[in-house]
Amino acid sequence: MMNSNLNLLIGLAMGLNLLALGTSRLPALIRAMSAQGVILGVMPILMGHELDWQVVLVALATVAGKGLLIPSLLRRAMRTAQIDRELEPQIGFVASMLLGAAGTIAALALTHQLPLLPEHTGSLLVPGALATVLTGFILLIGRPKAISQVCGYLILENGIYLFGLLLIKAMPLLVEAGVLLDLTVGVFIIGIIVDRIQRAFDSLDTRKLTTLHE
Amino acid sequence: MNSILDLILRLDCWLLLAPLLPGIINKVKAWVAGRRGPPVLQLYYDLARLWKKGVVMSTLASPAFVILPAVTWVALLGAAMLLPLGPLGAGLSFRGDALLMLYLLALGRFGTAWAAMETGSAFEGMGTVREVSYAVLAEAAMITAVLSLSVQSGSLSLATMLSPAMGASAVLLAAGLFIVLLAENCRVPFDDPNTHLELTMIHEVMVLDHSGPPLAVILHGASMKLLLFAVLLVQAVLPINQLKPLAAAGLLAGSVLGVCVGIGLVESLLARFAFRRVPLLLTTAFLLCLFALLVAWKGGVP
Repeated sequence: MMNSNLNLLIGLAMGLNLLALGTSRLPALIRAMSAQGVILGVMPILMGHELDWQVVLVALATVAGKGLLIPSLLRRAMRTAQIDRELEPQIGFVASMLLGAAGTIAALALTHQLPLLPEHTGSLLVPGALATVLTGFILLIGRPKAISQVCGYLILENGIYLFGLLLIKAMPLLVEAGVLLDLTVGVFIIGIIVDRIQRAFDSLDTRKLTTLHE
Repeated sequence: MNSILDLILRLDCWLLLAPLLPGIINKVKAWVAGRRGPPVLQLYYDLARLWKKGVVMSTLASPAFVILPAVTWVALLGAAMLLPLGPLGAGLSFRGDALLMLYLLALGRFGTAWAAMETGSAFEGMGTVREVSYAVLAEAAMITAVLSLSVQSGSLSLATMLSPAMGASAVLLAAGLFIVLLAENCRVPFDDPNTHLELTMIHEVMVLDHSGPPLAVILHGASMKLLLFAVLLVQAVLPINQLKPLAAAGLLAGSVLGVCVGIGLVESLLARFAFRRVPLLLTTAFLLCLFALLVAWKGGVP
């Protein structure tokens, strides 16, 4: 029963992956990313190996960080840069959605071949993590706007976090907390960088950063 | 003797009830907009009026212009006969009838598309191109949906196929099939059935030069197609098969009514999508059906 609840949540997260790939609006992308973060943040509580204050605290911190703090930082960066759409993706929206779906199916097929622990065979944790990491990569490769790339990076991190849940018994939660802190600081810095890019180039297109100026 | 009576009753049911659906949708739209709206039976009046009129034919058009709407109508009626109605079963059922239904629907579209091009008007050709290019994507989703139902039940016959599994698969399939229903019947996010703005019309362009009885046949066929998709959607999601006949008929009618209200609400609350956003939505429908197929295949757990 617990496993099926968990699978439902991971299924939702996989659906949000495709939503993030298919949308051209940055607010929707940020919303999908933060909703995914919240879903993943709740999961340690549901896995319920030992429900002590540490687990609850980290879960709350994850939900607050990924659900509120990071999206609000990104939205502020978006407002100061005055953009709300990805206009010229290098990989089109339909194409990236199909790629994401193909990646999800490939992840499911691959998981069949992996020698997993018996307690993990029925769960979607591994394919969900692989699919989410792939989604992050597609966003990082296919979108030229800096804010979309940040979202891609955060979705990639969500995937790695999902992998980490496999080891929740072995890994000290302090590591998770540290990662979360790093992430928040990272997004904070990226917010500043986005503002600088916008001022220097009048655009957030990262392709402009690859050409040299005198 | 009994089976013939059954078949005739079934035909009457499909033929007489189908034109109700557009009326209900229009009533819902009018109700949301705060208007009184046309009567629910408006399409019946329209059909009766059109039937009495004569046919205007272009000098370019061959007799196919008049024959093809009838071919389309017969194909759609055949598809409707293959679709089972809950515990009553289908009018005609055999192994692989799901495939025949898909092909009959495709034949119906082929008929309208050809008839539209008979007039030799570039404008109708454009409408045909649009209709057919959307259909490519919608059919992919439709075929995937049928495939997932078939994998779920392990059969190729519609009568046993439409015994849905509950859970994530049913939700995905319902969402996917609803989008396909909107696309196939030219409802709002894809096409506006009320518009007569030249550049945005799709289905309306194709039937623009038809008049009199052929137009009536086309309109009636379109309403039958709508009913067919609504019944298919309801049976793919709700376990109507297991109920007693009377309860099943009630639930089926109620759910089809619900689907109509849903379409009416979508039409009132959504604007038409720009052409370039349509493939995205249809791909979404395809992916929803694909994931339903995946869930059916792996039994929910990989």
